[in-house]
Amino acid sequence: MPSNVNTRPDQQHFVAPIEETPLVAIDAVKTEGKPTNLWTDGWRDVRGRPMFWISAALIVLVVIVALFPGWFTQVPPNNDCQLANSNAGPTDGHPLGFTKQGCDIYSRIIHGTSTSLSVGLIVTFLVAFLGIVFGAFAGFYGGWLDSVLSRLGDIFFSIPYILAAVVVMSVLSQYANVWVISIAIGIFAWPATARVLRAEILRVKNADFVMASTALGVSSFRILLRHVLPNSIAPVIVITTISLASAIVAEATLSFLGVGLPSSTMSWGNDISAAQNDLRTAPQTLILPSIALSVTVLSFIMLGEVIRDALDPKARAQR
Amino acid sequence: MAGYIVRRVLQAIPVLLGTTFLIYFMVFALPGDPVVALFGEKTPPPQVVEQLRERYNLDKPFIVQYLIFLGNIFRGDLGVSFSGQPVADILAQTFPVTLRLAALSTFFLMVGGIGVGLISGLRKGGVFDASALVVSLIFISLPIFVVAFVAQYVFAIQLGWFRTTVGVGAPWQDLILPALVLATASFAQIVRLTRASVIETEGQDFVRTAASKGLSRNRIVPVHILRNSLIPVVTYLAVDFGTLMVGAVVTEGIFNVPGVGRTVYQAIIRGENPTVVAFVTVMVLIYLVVNLLIDLLYAVLDPRIRYAK
Repeated sequence: MPSNVNTRPDQQHFVAPIEETPLVAIDAVKTEGKPTNLWTDGWRDVRGRPMFWISAALIVLVVIVALFPGWFTQVPPNNDCQLANSNAGPTDGHPLGFTKQGCDIYSRIIHGTSTSLSVGLIVTFLVAFLGIVFGAFAGFYGGWLDSVLSRLGDIFFSIPYILAAVVVMSVLSQYANVWVISIAIGIFAWPATARVLRAEILRVKNADFVMASTALGVSSFRILLRHVLPNSIAPVIVITTISLASAIVAEATLSFLGVGLPSSTMSWGNDISAAQNDLRTAPQTLILPSIALSVTVLSFIMLGEVIRDALDPKARAQR
Repeated sequence: MAGYIVRRVLQAIPVLLGTTFLIYFMVFALPGDPVVALFGEKTPPPQVVEQLRERYNLDKPFIVQYLIFLGNIFRGDLGVSFSGQPVADILAQTFPVTLRLAALSTFFLMVGGIGVGLISGLRKGGVFDASALVVSLIFISLPIFVVAFVAQYVFAIQLGWFRTTVGVGAPWQDLILPALVLATASFAQIVRLTRASVIETEGQDFVRTAASKGLSRNRIVPVHILRNSLIPVVTYLAVDFGTLMVGAVVTEGIFNVPGVGRTVYQAIIRGENPTVVAFVTVMVLIYLVVNLLIDLLYAVLDPRIRYAK
């Protein structure tokens, strides 16, 4: 190392002279501005994107249709069917025509909304709950608890959840309803969430603020709840939004396979399944509920994408 | 390397036991009576119930039943379908067809998905990239049976380019449409992964070095960028094997492809629970083995994994 005026004889590294130190940078920190965090940054990012508003509007519409089907149609979906109208086209008061059983397609689509949405929500709550409990305990406490919980997760993860739900639902066929089918899907869908959360917690738990809390004598469960979990929940929110869409697809697939909801329950999957043999002669009976299903799924997927882009800096960089 | 293989195989054993136990538990310990469920709406005569209980060892304690079931699987005895044919024989007949369908579908997926992902990644933010993003979003949202019916209606019924269902012996030209449908299930994910991977690789130092050496773009893109972007994509194919299997059940059912998927589909529709369970168990075992093999292959390709504890 060349000798330098600022270097003392025993000093091994170079120290910049005081006039070269960029003190300006420290002075330039704004003190009056609002502090930002992941969530406020995320919200600022999200609200500027048209995709967010489109998906949010669609979801609000789906929720309203599910809660108040009577606002959209006066035709009863099941009781007013006449075989004379089988697969007939649109008529006055029946804008989308009729199913094979002569029921009003529009009314059945409207009344099927709440089924899809309920399954989606129940599965999502179940997946989020199981995923957070398993992922948080496995990641935070580690050791043998991690081994046991992670292997348990591996076992559930190794069975594709639709196949697992097919097996459960074919055994429980006489009990099939919205709750049973949601539990059958959710009980096998949580490991993905648990894995994501576990990985995130492993990253967060070595942070300085966690060590600081430990030093202050905060109990470990409280650290997990108040400090670690809130800082590692972002990827869980993303995966949860997308899992809502997957759950809706899963219910429709099971109903399509004939091991879903009983035919008395209004379900898009059931209607698609019932229409499949008439694809050649009356494609609209199959296409229309498919469109309703796909648009609902699309709106949740879009929302998940927007949230991911907003919360994940890496995804933002690749945009 | 040998240590890694042994460790990885040992780790797979509890998962293997756990999954088979779980499937068995679901069928025979859940509140629904599997014997009664066999008969659907009808009430079976008590003698028949008794006989079936004995045949499926339901009169023995649960754990003994499971061990017998496990022993049978490892001896290759998967039980007998309702038509009296051993499930293992049905599997041997149908598996080659499904393998061909899966191979064709994976080929379409690799060519289409990686191709679109590569162009999107290289022209990040362009018109092609934006349209690929929209199209991939739509494909993610469409359940596979909707894609299958729409494809069947448009390409087979309206345009007449393909036959609506697969003919005897499942010739290759009949498998094209089902394979394309099956490929759409993972198309979007492959496009996105490839795109992200290409963007990341393009920013690496070795790509800049290659460019500063004066290599042409035609050499940098396939040799330096594409090859180094493919590892996560290929790994994803293994993880996504489950989607492929579920997709095969639906697609083969709709297009009447005489493969494993259609057998499962028909067994589900007819309520043949023992056949469904046998096939699901086999599918899960295949899934586990495929993932194990890919993990090992991955370790051969990437020494960092081999030596990680």
